[in-house]
Amino acid sequence: MILQGKVFKYGDNVDTDVIIPARYLNSSEPANLAAHCMEDLDQDFASQVEKGDIIVGGKNFGSGSSREHAPLAIKYAGVACVVAESFARIFYRNSINIGLPILECPAAVQATQAGDKLEVNLDQGTVKNLRTGETFEAAPFPEFMQEIIADGGLIEHIKKELV
Amino acid sequence: MGMTMIEKILAAHTDQTELQAGDIVNARVDMVLGNDITTPVAIKEFNKIGVETVFDKDRVVIVPDHFSPSKDIKAAEQIKFIREFARQHELSNFFEIGQMGIEHVLLPEKGLALPGEIIIGADSHTCTYGALGALGTGVGSTDMAAAMATGKAWFKVPPTIKIVYTGELQPWVSGKDLILYTIGKIGVDGALYKAMEFTGEAISNLSMDGRMTMSNMAIEAGGKAGLIAADQKTEDYLKGRAVRDYTIYNADSDAVYEEVIEIDVSQIEPQVAFPSLPENTKGISQAGEVKLDQSVIGSCTNGRIEDLRVAAKILEGKKVHSDLRCLIFPGTQAIYKQAMAEGLMDIFIDAGAAVSTPTCGPCLGGHMGILAKGEKAVSTTNRNFVGRMGSTESEVYLASPAVAAASAIKGYLVAPEEVVK
Repeated sequence: MILQGKVFKYGDNVDTDVIIPARYLNSSEPANLAAHCMEDLDQDFASQVEKGDIIVGGKNFGSGSSREHAPLAIKYAGVACVVAESFARIFYRNSINIGLPILECPAAVQATQAGDKLEVNLDQGTVKNLRTGETFEAAPFPEFMQEIIADGGLIEHIKKELV
Repeated sequence: MGMTMIEKILAAHTDQTELQAGDIVNARVDMVLGNDITTPVAIKEFNKIGVETVFDKDRVVIVPDHFSPSKDIKAAEQIKFIREFARQHELSNFFEIGQMGIEHVLLPEKGLALPGEIIIGADSHTCTYGALGALGTGVGSTDMAAAMATGKAWFKVPPTIKIVYTGELQPWVSGKDLILYTIGKIGVDGALYKAMEFTGEAISNLSMDGRMTMSNMAIEAGGKAGLIAADQKTEDYLKGRAVRDYTIYNADSDAVYEEVIEIDVSQIEPQVAFPSLPENTKGISQAGEVKLDQSVIGSCTNGRIEDLRVAAKILEGKKVHSDLRCLIFPGTQAIYKQAMAEGLMDIFIDAGAAVSTPTCGPCLGGHMGILAKGEKAVSTTNRNFVGRMGSTESEVYLASPAVAAASAIKGYLVAPEEVVK
């Protein structure tokens, strides 16, 4: 799958508390989560994000709480993919489990500015910056995780196994 | 080749005899945990799988502790939803308000997290059970759903950092100070995708409560687990609590570690993590004058009886500063009762502190102690992120119960010995 989107760029250690503050966790409704996504880091995000946009973060993206509401909020906000230098481990597995595409690619992060357009090839694991024309290779997922991704998330993967 | 604790525990839950870092396994889990925020999402996912019921009604634990007692109508609906699920599937470990405690204080107390076990929880501080020699690790709601259905979860076997704590603790220095110091040293992603083993004489000498505080914050260094080998203290703690037999796994002497770090604890003074990352640690002597509006003592990190005893020792016969609110949250009903029996509640109330029923409330900015714009709090909790406890323009300083209690009296960050001579 090939994705193209405008970049929202953030720094290191973007934690799940700023991705979706706890005060909104009394509901897991998609509209609630999307409306408050990134609110405590970037108040304009929810009003400016468009379907297919891409979040680019630094190191340890999604650190802190295990709340799956964080990758869900990003997904429900319409974000197509998150590219970061590294991901916190629970956010990483949550994203794979719910089918939010994520890529670890430090070089692409460093060469990307807010507002750039990226083209992400999920099958090849490449990130192309359409402003500069540079292409970067992301770390490939282990085979087991590729299966979960191909099945559309952990629940569909489990259903297949239980049959 | 020798194996680390986590490699041994994971291997024991698969059909493999040997594992090493990087392997991916689908392992049996002994316990699956969720709270009132994460379980509703897990139930919705569970219902999509199409199994009739959970893999084992005694091995799913649900603790409504975050927004409870229900803070608003939506929170009440979420708790009602999980309560009905627990009834429908006849779960033996749903803890209703009144029985409920803060999950990571409650499970060890009830003997539901045991050495050698794998406990996954849809709560990041599930790593607390590492203090019992268990692989406790945080996951999300979908992992919880899958494990409720199948009794299994996928894991990538992580490399381990071994941290050896030598020497004797200075007065008023606790497990909280050791873990804050460690996070300050290795950083908030210092153990990312890795496990930690906490070892050495200072760990052997630490109480179970102190060990649980340390393992609790392994996640604040990015860790998958913070393991401490079970010893006689662990076994004594579990006597009369453990709901099942258990097996103790120790690391092999030739286990392969990614890194070994030595820390001389005699050089460590009480620590404070400044906003807005747990790695921003300083010794209390370097804190400068930070005027405070609130002091929070409790949580899954520091809501155990030893924590309350330390706070009471400092607050006894003194008054909370008139410019500050001091809020105390015992971790469970049993701890609450024990504190009453020991006269600690009298000390807190006479000092002008407010004592609450167990809840995670203020730690995550949920309820029961939210900060206004410009306010500053010292807190024995585990995170000091932007907006964690309320306004994005409030600040949280993480510290031990001793520092939080002493600072509550003075109204600013202060070393315990400046209050108790």
